[in-house]
Amino acid sequence: MKFITAIILTALTGFIAGTLSFSPWWGFAITSFLVAVLVHQKGGKAFLSGFLGISLLWAGLAGWMDMKNNGILSHKIAQILPLNGNSFLLILITAVVGGLVAGFAAMSGSYLRASSKK
Amino acid sequence: MVFLVPEISQKRRNHAKHRFVDIGVFYGVALLFLKPDKVVYFASNCFFMRLLPLATSVVITAGLVFALNKQWGAVPPMGKFLNPQYGFWQNAEPTGENYDASLSLPGLKGKADVYLDDRLVPHVFAENDEDLYFIQGFLHAKFRLFQMDLQTKAAAGRASEIAGPKAIDFDREQRRLGMVFAAENALKEIEKDPESKKLYDAYTNGVNAYLADLKEADLPVEYKLLNIVPEKWSNLRTALLLKMMAKMLSSGTESDLANTNAKSIFIPDELKLIYPQVPDSLVPIVPKGTAFDAPGIVPIAPANADSLYIGRKDTVTAKEISKPDINNGSNNWVVAGSKTASGSPILCNDPHLELSLPSIWYEIQLQTPTSNAYGVSLPGSPFVIIGFNENIAWGVTNAQRDVKDYYEIRFRDESKKEYFFNGKWEKTTIKEETIKIKGQADLKDTVAYTVFGPVMFDDKFSNELSNKRNLAVRWVAHDPSNEGYALYKLNRATNYDDYAAAIKGFQCPGQNFIFASKTGDIAIWQQGKFPARWDRQGLFVMPGEDSSYMWQGFIPQPENPHAKNPERGFLESANQRAADSTYPYFIPGSYLTPRGITIENKLAAMNSITTKDMMVLHSNYFNTLAEDARGIMLQYVKENELDPVAKRFLGIFRDWDLNASPDSKGQTIYQCWWDSLEVEIWKDELARSTQLVPWPEEQVTMELLKKDSALKYIDNINTAEKETLFDVVTTSLKKAAADLARKEAEGKLEWTKFKNPTVYHLIKDLKGFARPGLPVGGNGNIVNAVTHSHGPSWRMIVHLTNQTEAYGVYPGGQSGNPGSRFYDNYVDQWASGQYNKLWFMKEGDRTDKNVKWVMKFTAGK
Repeated sequence: MKFITAIILTALTGFIAGTLSFSPWWGFAITSFLVAVLVHQKGGKAFLSGFLGISLLWAGLAGWMDMKNNGILSHKIAQILPLNGNSFLLILITAVVGGLVAGFAAMSGSYLRASSKK
Repeated sequence: MVFLVPEISQKRRNHAKHRFVDIGVFYGVALLFLKPDKVVYFASNCFFMRLLPLATSVVITAGLVFALNKQWGAVPPMGKFLNPQYGFWQNAEPTGENYDASLSLPGLKGKADVYLDDRLVPHVFAENDEDLYFIQGFLHAKFRLFQMDLQTKAAAGRASEIAGPKAIDFDREQRRLGMVFAAENALKEIEKDPESKKLYDAYTNGVNAYLADLKEADLPVEYKLLNIVPEKWSNLRTALLLKMMAKMLSSGTESDLANTNAKSIFIPDELKLIYPQVPDSLVPIVPKGTAFDAPGIVPIAPANADSLYIGRKDTVTAKEISKPDINNGSNNWVVAGSKTASGSPILCNDPHLELSLPSIWYEIQLQTPTSNAYGVSLPGSPFVIIGFNENIAWGVTNAQRDVKDYYEIRFRDESKKEYFFNGKWEKTTIKEETIKIKGQADLKDTVAYTVFGPVMFDDKFSNELSNKRNLAVRWVAHDPSNEGYALYKLNRATNYDDYAAAIKGFQCPGQNFIFASKTGDIAIWQQGKFPARWDRQGLFVMPGEDSSYMWQGFIPQPENPHAKNPERGFLESANQRAADSTYPYFIPGSYLTPRGITIENKLAAMNSITTKDMMVLHSNYFNTLAEDARGIMLQYVKENELDPVAKRFLGIFRDWDLNASPDSKGQTIYQCWWDSLEVEIWKDELARSTQLVPWPEEQVTMELLKKDSALKYIDNINTAEKETLFDVVTTSLKKAAADLARKEAEGKLEWTKFKNPTVYHLIKDLKGFARPGLPVGGNGNIVNAVTHSHGPSWRMIVHLTNQTEAYGVYPGGQSGNPGSRFYDNYVDQWASGQYNKLWFMKEGDRTDKNVKWVMKFTAGK
């Protein structure tokens, strides 16, 4: 239950951070960290929930935008990056990059909580 | 984060470190409020063993963020770039995007509405001129921001700020050519007249109004890829954009440096033969037989010109880095009502430029209660450049005239503070240039300005191998002028007299303004400010130690070549020489003859012309030059000496229909064989100079061979035997056949496969944004002038019937965003010779079904 809660909270707060005009692009790292502090889990689990929270959010957002765009842009960017024009791969990489940052941030949060306990 | 104007973004960079701290503090304080007990508890209980994993994890997180926030070479900051809420995903415009908007903007005087049709062409209805151009600026910025920003930075010699060290030489050359100097001179002229200034001001304010509300997430994707931010607009930047056009069209039309080298290997009579001013087959713009007035100015050559200039053996090693494409040119023509089916004139234009995405053109209709113009505009400048209004239509081709000369300067010493002129040491004006380079320290350069203009080449630039010769450049584009205001007036012209008066202010780049009116007039003016030269003045580098070689004046404007309502009922220009040898001035340039011949022949033979016929002519693939050249090639080839492969190619060539159509193999064989033949004939002679020497025009080579099959240059001077035309024609085919066989093996013998027509993105490296492999034929000397990446950048046909009937297409789309369905939606249409019907919207059409979206503008505070 905690695991699911953490994932949802990470995604939700990460999304909100992304809408705040004063927040930098990595605002979700802070919110993922905070969620892990509040919803305590062991380091590994916290990492996973942070990772999943943001990667699902990013994959969802990117996938949604890509669908509405008919894949016009992702196909082009995936030629530049270069991913052989593969939009799916681009969404996957997007998700992994966001997930990694959030995962480590959440793990930090978990360790902070752990180190503050007896 | 919201505002990206330079001052603010500069501050942002300065405060980047503080931001990290600020945000840390913000979240820290928040934490303190949320769980104060825990924070305190933590502070009193932390100890090393528990802190280590935390520290490691925090360091990894911070390291990741840092690495993903940084640009690595050409790789953009990936975290920011991939984040769907900040990065490129934001540019993935929904295909069902709704462009409706209500905008309240400070700077507007009244209300205005912009009606976007299904092609995203804006039809702007404003109450006055200032609001009209304010909105044009706003729309240019909204749909084409990156190109305006990039092109004006490049014009000012600031490309290195974006592209890094590889653009340094380009930037130095731009500055040494005096591009900013030229724009500043234009700006003074623009701002001298309050009427003109307010139009440019309005445009600038419109661009900046868009920038003021631009969020980082909404930046064009190129900014995100390059990790840069846009810069505020100014009237100077508009002037820079117009100077970029001036460079594109009036800087590469001379070959003075290469000509000077040619002088070292050919005597004056040979130069006249090989590089003639008037080709035999010329069909000039002004119909032959037109009488010209006696010249208003007769320039006199200096007494020592033969010994010190024309006859002097001379070489230079200076070479321009970014010489504009030789194919920059265009077609335009107009047929009078006497030749059309409807009885109304039809005007056509297709300017040939480097093709790019986003396109150089942006379609727009600009209407106020007193004016109504439709056509294409240049993002970065107000006004319609090529188009029509309720009474007239106009188009342009490049005049191709040489308006740029070099003078050799003698400095007193290395400081370049003084130069010798008219018997004494004169002071130069020194301009210190600082070139900012992405990822590298700034570079300083010093440019000395003389009475002629900036010293473009010296010991510090571009001719390290030479004897440190200093070459100052005299260029008409440096002179004060206000071409935009001429266009403003042309947009409002209602008849021939208005048109002729409006274009007088257009000085550089010289253009062939073609014209038609609903009242039935047709006309053409080669308009520009052109120096009146004595014979061969400015073909070569000139002595610059006194005033004797300076331009003595300009050709009086009324004497510029022009024609109105000729008996034959049509006029055309296609970058050929404007007039035949009876024109009383020496007018060198970089002319192209064959295309004009094709158009002239076609129009002369046509009657009861319809717009459909004109569309067919735009797409014409007939190779006029090859028609003559093939005769020579077939007459002199020694077929018995050829191997079976070459024989087979010869067979295809013999049966070729002389059209450079996409699937033509004959055109590919012709081009390779002809190029190879030119090498056989000229290379031995030209190689006598180790420096760059101009190749004779292909038209000229053909004419020389036609006249004299024993032309002395046919012989290879490096061999003992004497080669004949039979020998070189045969050898050149053998050599070409080897290349052609390779191409054939790769499946690239068809002309379109061979040349691979491509519309690149403005940043060529971004291959994913380009459109390669377009199935289109043609070539630079053919009416449909498509080469590998160059060609008709806009095709327009205007039928001046009561309800104007107009068609147009350009190889791009209205949106500059590669993520928009409007980015390249005309490309396939353009490639297949299709057109869009241009909707000339009227006041009563505001609720028409063609209106897809409406942007409402009101004056804000």
